[in-house]
Formats: sequence, structure tokens, C-alpha cells
Amino acid sequence: MGTYLIRRFFLMLLTLFGISVLIFVMLRIVPGNIADILFDAAGMIDVAEKAKLEHELGLDQPIAVQYVEWIGGLAHGDLGYSYVSEKPALQEILPRIPITAKLAGLALLFSVVFGVPLGVISAVKQNTGLDYVLRVVSLSGLSMPAFWLGLLILMAFVHYFGTIPIYTDPPKDFWSALWLFSIPAAAVGFRSSALIMRLTRSSMLEVLRQDYIRTARAKGASNQNVNYHHALRNAVLPVVTVIGIEAAFLMGGLIVTETVFNIPGIARFLVEAIKWRDYPIVQNLVMFIAFVAVMINFLVDVLYAALDPRIKYS
Amino acid sequence: MATIDIAPPPVAEVERGESLWSRIRYYAAAHPLGLVGALIMIVFVFAALFAGEITSYDPIRTNSAITLAVPSDAHLLGTDQMGRDIYSRIVYGARISLAVGLGSTFLGCLFGIILGLASGYIGGWVDLVIQRIVDVLQAMPLLVLALVMAAALGPALGNTIVAIAIPLIPYTARVVRSSTLTLREQPFVEAARAVGMSEFRIAVRHILPNTLAPLIVIATAQLGAAILTEASLSFLGLGVPEPHPSWGRMLSESAAEYVRTAPWLVIFPGAAISLAVFGTNLFGDALRDILDPRLRN
Repeated sequence: MGTYLIRRFFLMLLTLFGISVLIFVMLRIVPGNIADILFDAAGMIDVAEKAKLEHELGLDQPIAVQYVEWIGGLAHGDLGYSYVSEKPALQEILPRIPITAKLAGLALLFSVVFGVPLGVISAVKQNTGLDYVLRVVSLSGLSMPAFWLGLLILMAFVHYFGTIPIYTDPPKDFWSALWLFSIPAAAVGFRSSALIMRLTRSSMLEVLRQDYIRTARAKGASNQNVNYHHALRNAVLPVVTVIGIEAAFLMGGLIVTETVFNIPGIARFLVEAIKWRDYPIVQNLVMFIAFVAVMINFLVDVLYAALDPRIKYS
Repeated sequence: MATIDIAPPPVAEVERGESLWSRIRYYAAAHPLGLVGALIMIVFVFAALFAGEITSYDPIRTNSAITLAVPSDAHLLGTDQMGRDIYSRIVYGARISLAVGLGSTFLGCLFGIILGLASGYIGGWVDLVIQRIVDVLQAMPLLVLALVMAAALGPALGNTIVAIAIPLIPYTARVVRSSTLTLREQPFVEAARAVGMSEFRIAVRHILPNTLAPLIVIATAQLGAAILTEASLSFLGLGVPEPHPSWGRMLSESAAEYVRTAPWLVIFPGAAISLAVFGTNLFGDALRDILDPRLRN
């Protein structure tokens, strides 16, 4: 286990290094940097002014130099300055993280609370009407774009209540935050709950076919006992992995949902920064997202080994 | 030296005396949901192919006299804020969705197959390097990578296809690699080598056809994912540019502002995306059951 963890850890560092290079190089092959955008928008074509701005921002240096400067700064917490607001990138990014984290946490909670029990029910009642309904619902959850679901929810609220709680100021207390975030969280979490439900179902069906389940039934254990005691415990293991992966991949849904509901989290900020070619924000944000995703995967692997004594890493 | 070619092993057992049509009927009866999915997909392909024949308005030309018209006989699904017919735009939009969906699935699978096959068959340091590349691509959420790619490449139809194809590569590469690793040790590969077949020929003629079943399954799943990603990118304004009618961008233009006044602008394009993806998902599920018996339940 020890050597496995060390190896995994170094592979993780290697992956993060690869991501940083990929992001950095990609952002710099973009046609047009911030200087172009600012100058085109203002209708100015003063070449000397533009060169001066590019020099100030360090955009005239070779890519390798720019990269080393970025990573060097990152190592001691200097993320550079946002091109747009001219504030330190760290100050721009940090306050937005808790907003997205709350939304993501709530969405994940939503997806597990609905996904796992419904998946179990679907498997236990395999090929009944209820199973078919649940399967069609979960499949449509995977088919709907998260932003459309968000717009539909918005529309329904406006139609029936005339209004919808909108993010204006940071919520004051726990309950107002819960009220504010639960609607967009449901829009994001619906897709994940559908995925978790499908996986729980197939994992459960797999386990229900095992010999030891038949043995348990043969010995006269009740249906209840077999399904929820013998089977479920083994069936949730693969689901733990998916929940971990979903935690990282919720990001896709968050990007569009924060845009629809106008929530000032990091996901919407990323889109804005990309549109403005605000390199310091984009590269640090993507690095942060990748870091969280990679860390979660790592932790899930460790958790998986801890939960399932049959798994031995070497 | 003459090359001796041995016929590749059959991909699937085909019962003799049964026509293709009767087999399709058999599978359709066994997987009614898959049949529904196939029918939905056929409808969208039909719409894309015959868009000109089944619509009567130009999807691009604006008409300031009839902005935001309520759905009626003249405009089945209403018109948008620029007076364009929503129904025509959705039908023509099927072309964009299918082009991006099929294009990026094809590209993603092609590179995934090459990387996966090289990784699994050659092994050694090639495997090591390719796996690290796959790790990097897979570590990032699909939409985040597609967003950065789309921004880097600039707004154009072809660039959107590439931007969506690249994040799909690792999934195909993983599947092809793992099948290749088991197939590599099979006796028929050894036999092919014994008769002097070149390594490249073995990989392409004997290994690749046997990875087809899981590949088709993953490609169908990716088709849905690609259509959804295109819609999200266009919704965010970083996907398919004007003047192409893209379902995702129809929603970004109409988003929030018209939720109260013109709900048809929000409902119909989203329904088209969902239905198209729903069809591929249903079809993909049935295909998986048929082609991958290990996952059958």
C-alpha cells in the first residue's frame, strides 16, 4: 500500500505538470491576446502603444520564459494579476471558490440521496413497470443539457411564483444560502443522480447474481435482509468510485448552470476569463479545477482500498 | 517472400441462413427501447438530410415584421427575436448537431484507436508515454478542456469539432488498449506471427477487428456526449459561430430574457437537443446489451 501510494503520488504530480504545460501552450496559440482585444475594441491601431502594453504584461517574452515565471510564482503563492481588473489573480479567484464549492456539495448530496436508493429499487424490481419508468427518467436525465433544465426551472418559477431567488448579495445565514443554492444545485445534480442511479442498478444486479446471494436465500434469509444487508454493501463499492469521479465532473454542469442562474462562482468566472483572454485567471483557474479533480480521484482510490478488503495495491 | 494471410477470426457468431433483416427484427423485438432510440435517430438524420424539403422558411434570413411571433399555423413553433422561424432553425440545426456529433466522435475515435492500439500492442516506453498523455487529457472535466480548446482554436465549425474530439480521445484509447492487452496474448496472434505476418498487419487485421464491439458501444455513448458538449459550447458563445443555426446558441440568444415573454424560444431548441441525445442513449444502451454480453443484465 505504501509504495503504491508513493507511486500514485508521483504520477499525480506528473499529470499536473502535463496539464500545466498543455493549458499554458494552448492559451498562447490563441489568435489575439488581451492587447489585441483592447485595441480592436477601442479602434486604436497605435503599434507602439500596443507593443508597450505587451511588454508590460510580459507577452513579448518566449513561451518557455513566461511558463517558468508562472510556475515560479505559483510555487510561492503569486498568481499574477488579472488583465481585466488588474487585481491580484488570487484575490479574484479565492472569494469565488466557496460559492461554487457550496453549489457542488449540495448538487452531489442531491445526486447521492436520490441516485443510490432509486438505483437499488430499480434493480430489486428489475423488469417491472417501476424499473422501466426509473430507467427512462434516468436516461432522460443524462440526455438533457444542464443549462436547458436550468432555464426550464427558471421559467416554471417565474410562471408560478412570479419570481425566483436570485443571487445578489452573499447570503447572510445558513437557511437563506440553502434556499438560494438548492434550485441550481438540483439542476446540476439531476444529471449526476441519473448516472449514479444507473450505476447502482447495474452494480446491484451484478451482485444479486452471485452465488453467496443464492446461498443466503437458500438458507432462508428474508428478501429484505438479502437485498439490503448482503447485496447492497457490496454493490455500493463501485458506486463510490463514480461518486468521486462525478464530484470532479460536476464542473461541466456548474459552468452552464452558474451562467443561467447568474451565480458569481468560479465556473462562470472561467467562461468570462476565457472570453476576455485573461490568461492569469484562466490558467490558474483551470489548474485549480484540474488539481481538485486529480486529488479527488486519488482520494477515491485510497478510500476504495480502505472500504474493500479484497483490494490490495502493490 | 510471399505474405501468407489468414482470415481474421469472426467478430461475432452469425447464425447461418438468417437474413440481416430477420436479425434486425429479432433484436428490435428483444430491445424495444433500442428500437425507439433508432427511430429517433433516423428522424434526426432525415431532418438533416432533407432540411430544405421539409421547411418553408430560410433559417438565417431575419424579418423584423414578425419578431417573437407566437406558434401558429404559419410558424409552427413561433419565431425568434429576429423574426426567424424556429421550426426551420431547429430542422437546419440538426445538420450542425449531427455534423459536430459525428465529426468529433469519428476524430476522437480515430486518434483514440491509434493511441490505444500503439499503447497496448507495442507496450514498453511507448505505452508509458501514451498513458501519461491519456492521464493528462482525462484528468480535466470534458467541458473545461473543450472550452479552452474552443477558445484556443477560434470560433469555426471545424474548430468546434476538433475542440470536442480531443477530450474524447482518452476514453477510446483506454478501451482499445485494455482489449489489445488481452488479445495480444491469444493463440491466433501467435499463429499469425508464426506464419511471418508483419507486426503492423497483425495489429490492424487481427487485433483491431476484435476490439470493435466495445468500440461501437463507446462511440455511440460519445455521439450523445459530443452533441451535448456542442450545445453547451454554443450556449456559452464559444461554439459554432453565426450564421449556422445551432440549437445551443438558439438558447443563449433567447436565454433568461425571453423566459417570461416568449417561452417557445426556450422550450423547443432544448427539447430538440434532449430528444436527439435521448435517442442515441437509448440506442447505445441496446447496442451495449447486444454487443457486450458481459454487461448484460
